[in-house]
Amino acid sequence: MLLFSRQGKLRLQKWYVPLSDKEKKKITRELVQTVLARKPKMCSFLEWRDLKIVYKRYASLYFCCAIEDQDNELITLEIIHRYVELLDKYFGSVCELDIIFNFEKAYFILDEFLLGGEVQETSKKNVLKAIEQADLLQEAIACEASVITLTVSQITLK
Amino acid sequence: RPGANTTAIMPAVSKGDGMRGLAVFISDIRNCKSKEAEIKRINKELANIRSKFKGDKALDGYSKKKYVCKLLFIFLLGHDIDFGHMEAVNLLSSNKYTEKQIGYLFISVLVNSNSELIRLINNAIKNDLASRNPTFMCLALHCIANVGSREMGEAFAADIPRILVAGDSMDSVKQSAALCLLRLYKASPDLVPMGEWTARVVHLLNDQHMGVVTAAVSLITCLCKKNPDDFKTCISLAVSRLSRIVSSASTDLQDYTYYFVPAPWLSVKLLRLLQCYPPPEDAAVKGRLVECLETVLNKAQEPPKSKKVQHSNAKNAILFETISLIIHYDSEPNLLVRACNQLGQFLQHRETNLRYLALESMCTLASSEFSHEAVKTHIDTVINALKTERDVSVRQRAADLLYAMCDRSNAKQIVSEMLRYLETADYAIREEIVLKVAILAEKYAVDYSWYVDTILNLIRIAGDYVSEEVWYRVLQIVTNRDDVQGYAAKTVFEALQAPACHENMVKVGGYILGEFGNLIAGDPRSSPPVQFSLLHSKFHLCSVATRALLLSTYIKFINLFPETKATIQGVLRAGSQLRNADVELQQRAVEYLTLSSVASTDVLATVLEEMPPFPERESSILAKLKRKKGPGAGSALDDGRRDPSSNDINGGVEPTPSTVSTPSPSADLLGLRAAPPPAAPPAPAGAGNLLVDVFDGPAAQPSLGPTPEEAFLRFVCKNNGVLFENQLLQIGVKSEFRQNLGRMYLFYGNKTSVQFQNFLPTVVHPGDLQTHIRLNVTKRVAAQVDGGAQVQQVLNIECLRDFLTPPLLSVRFRYGGTPQSLTLKLPVTINKFFQPTEMAAQDFFQRWKQLSLPQQEAQKIFKANHPMDAVLTKAKLLGFGSALLDNVDPNPENFVGAGIIQTKALQVGCLLRLEPNAQAQMYRLTLRTSKEPVSRHLCELLAQQF
Repeated sequence: MLLFSRQGKLRLQKWYVPLSDKEKKKITRELVQTVLARKPKMCSFLEWRDLKIVYKRYASLYFCCAIEDQDNELITLEIIHRYVELLDKYFGSVCELDIIFNFEKAYFILDEFLLGGEVQETSKKNVLKAIEQADLLQEAIACEASVITLTVSQITLK
Repeated sequence: RPGANTTAIMPAVSKGDGMRGLAVFISDIRNCKSKEAEIKRINKELANIRSKFKGDKALDGYSKKKYVCKLLFIFLLGHDIDFGHMEAVNLLSSNKYTEKQIGYLFISVLVNSNSELIRLINNAIKNDLASRNPTFMCLALHCIANVGSREMGEAFAADIPRILVAGDSMDSVKQSAALCLLRLYKASPDLVPMGEWTARVVHLLNDQHMGVVTAAVSLITCLCKKNPDDFKTCISLAVSRLSRIVSSASTDLQDYTYYFVPAPWLSVKLLRLLQCYPPPEDAAVKGRLVECLETVLNKAQEPPKSKKVQHSNAKNAILFETISLIIHYDSEPNLLVRACNQLGQFLQHRETNLRYLALESMCTLASSEFSHEAVKTHIDTVINALKTERDVSVRQRAADLLYAMCDRSNAKQIVSEMLRYLETADYAIREEIVLKVAILAEKYAVDYSWYVDTILNLIRIAGDYVSEEVWYRVLQIVTNRDDVQGYAAKTVFEALQAPACHENMVKVGGYILGEFGNLIAGDPRSSPPVQFSLLHSKFHLCSVATRALLLSTYIKFINLFPETKATIQGVLRAGSQLRNADVELQQRAVEYLTLSSVASTDVLATVLEEMPPFPERESSILAKLKRKKGPGAGSALDDGRRDPSSNDINGGVEPTPSTVSTPSPSADLLGLRAAPPPAAPPAPAGAGNLLVDVFDGPAAQPSLGPTPEEAFLRFVCKNNGVLFENQLLQIGVKSEFRQNLGRMYLFYGNKTSVQFQNFLPTVVHPGDLQTHIRLNVTKRVAAQVDGGAQVQQVLNIECLRDFLTPPLLSVRFRYGGTPQSLTLKLPVTINKFFQPTEMAAQDFFQRWKQLSLPQQEAQKIFKANHPMDAVLTKAKLLGFGSALLDNVDPNPENFVGAGIIQTKALQVGCLLRLEPNAQAQMYRLTLRTSKEPVSRHLCELLAQQF
């Protein structure tokens, strides 16, 4: 799965088959070019090598998946949409900048939703619960940490 | 928002753990005005991080996390990262969730095969898997799934099934475990042991948690493809799950309902799973399933519950998958026709996506005998799509469908529409359209004058895209059918009158007039001198190959029309021919001139006698289309269902010396051609082991045979044996290799008493393998294989350059109405092209030293899987192809070998050393070759043999 901007800047890449870095770069270049060259209103599917490409544009970002011959194109379009919904819900009307500055979160959310190239969990609630839990864990720890700093400073004050 | 200042482009809300330093760095990068500035900023940051990591002060977890995250960002921008792995590994053992999480993310994205690191990573993963903390367990499982390497498989493949079926595993852990296992199984199926857990995995289809079912179905679908019998019980479970979803109301499934469609992802996956099997045997299960399929078709007619595209996409995703299943079963005429009508509605839908999918799906419907006629009724809509669709990928689908729905009744209409489309078609698909038109015109030709007209039209409209295969083919057919020769001569003569005609037209015209020009010579308008001067007027504008062909035509003219002899001899004698800089042209001119001067009329007539008919063979055009489109492309035509009688014009040998599709001329050097392969003994009807007499070895066990992967591995060190066997079919292989060439005989035995229909074995070159190794089928098998019978196929193999993956053999046929298909790796591995090299110890060591770059060496230390017997080991190494060198290794227990891999493009020298350690029951294998991937690949292949 690739996310890239209208200017062809890659924002997220997720590979579910083993490939060398060189191959990944080549494929990325080729796909970005192919998809950006397509006009609006064209079909969201195209054949590429022995795979099928399913893509959709959301504002300034293109979401693009490569699937195998037997895979279902329409459900893949909705995989993309559900991922966008997840990002949207997590960031609160997501924009490209959220994905740039919080790229690691975008990867974490994707891992909860898709694993090994297959849908793992389709429930929006369950996916976000997993992510929020992680955030809560972090905040709890951060809170703990500030308490400790406080005690330390109190000690020094004494 | 380029151009905005730093503060403005920082996101207002930073969720969870904001890393301010990271955000500042990302802003800086975004503000860089040029690539150079970006690189400068990155180098500065890398230096900073390096010094922090190397510094004396121990970094706290937060800083480590921040820096690792920066490195990750830099890597994702496309820059190389060569440090920080250790710090990332350290983060894995942090007990702070987000630190661990970043560590895992880094490892997942930047895996390094550094063995020391892998050990540490695996250790951290092991701890997390054992932690009983579900969030940690999930992180570890995600990491294994994301990396999916063999090393991870070796470390964890045995543990994950346990986690998956453990009663106390949390749902989220089960979900991750299922897909993690799926990834490992796809990468290295041999590492995942089947066992008691498989039955429990099937029962996950009944799980209460829809997410668990969703993840489990994917795993089961993958597993059952390779072990269909072990997972048969999943059919009834899948049907009942599907039935419950399909019949539920749009809100029953709460968060698993997507835009008023209940569980669309799960439904699609279940329908995919069912496509791994033939229709259920149990009548009740089948009845329930048919009911489901009907419900889906019915729902498609209901008004939509929402206007959102997500609603219709999800609903139609299920519908298309349902139609795929109906097509897969290919046994319910009623459902097939309903599916076809539904797709017919989509053909005119305003959504481009649906039109595209309907065209695509109808293509497969067209090859079912039940729905072929129903598909044909949409011909006008499809032709209209070809003319009016704005998107080339949709037009391509329309062209495919026209090709698939073509039969004798509509061939003329379809061919003429495709010809018309060709005039304006996109360059990218012209060649394919040309091939398709050529095939259809040949296959459905009733009168061959129509065929000749069509091909000449092709050359006229799209001459540049008419490949050699196409124009060779028209020559073969004209040569083999005397009722069309006069017409062909007349037509090409007329076509050549055009002031500018394509060079391919000159080739076809030159050849046909040279053979059959006499048939129109009676007409004064096309008398011999007129024919000659017409051809010769094109001569000077043509390429060398065409001029060479024309010279052959001229010498034929001297034989056919003695009155042209003086003129033609004059042409041959001209300095521009006799002293032509091109060797081929010069030689032809000299030889033809001499031949025409010294040979008597009788000798000339014998030498230049009309070409004999070409032997019957597969159309080389069809082969080319298959190569272009990959497996299944020619399916509509290979399908023996329609007009098997129309194969009567098959030809196959190319008429000119420079050819592309005949087996390489050097194949004769193998010396195999003269001696036919030993024929298999006539199979006793209904015998279980058809090939057992021909093939030695334990491979030919009747039912408990090896898995295809095991069978494939056995062929690494031997050339003959059973490649595949199940209850229906046995495939045996005999092969011989010499230099970079090989020949393989495949024997297909029908083990049942029922005839196989549409039997079609094809060779597939995945990826760009075609440029590495070439396989040509020289002997085709018939589409029907009688019960108990055995048929043979011959492949010529040429290794062009080193390759790592084997070509595939795809076999499709129908058994009792059910389509069967399997794909096997053909036992063609790079070591088959080994030429053993003998050398003295001194030479060996010198070469060994020369190949001392780290990437030239591959080494593996592994446990013995078979008894460590020196004789067997020797036999295997010899079978592997290298020479065995005695008295080289100081330790007599060790084995040393040498050889050269012969490919057309290059030779790869290989040295190997195998050190058995009987005490530890281990081996160490070292390979050194001049080419890095070859070392690794040979090492892997050979290590699996002991």
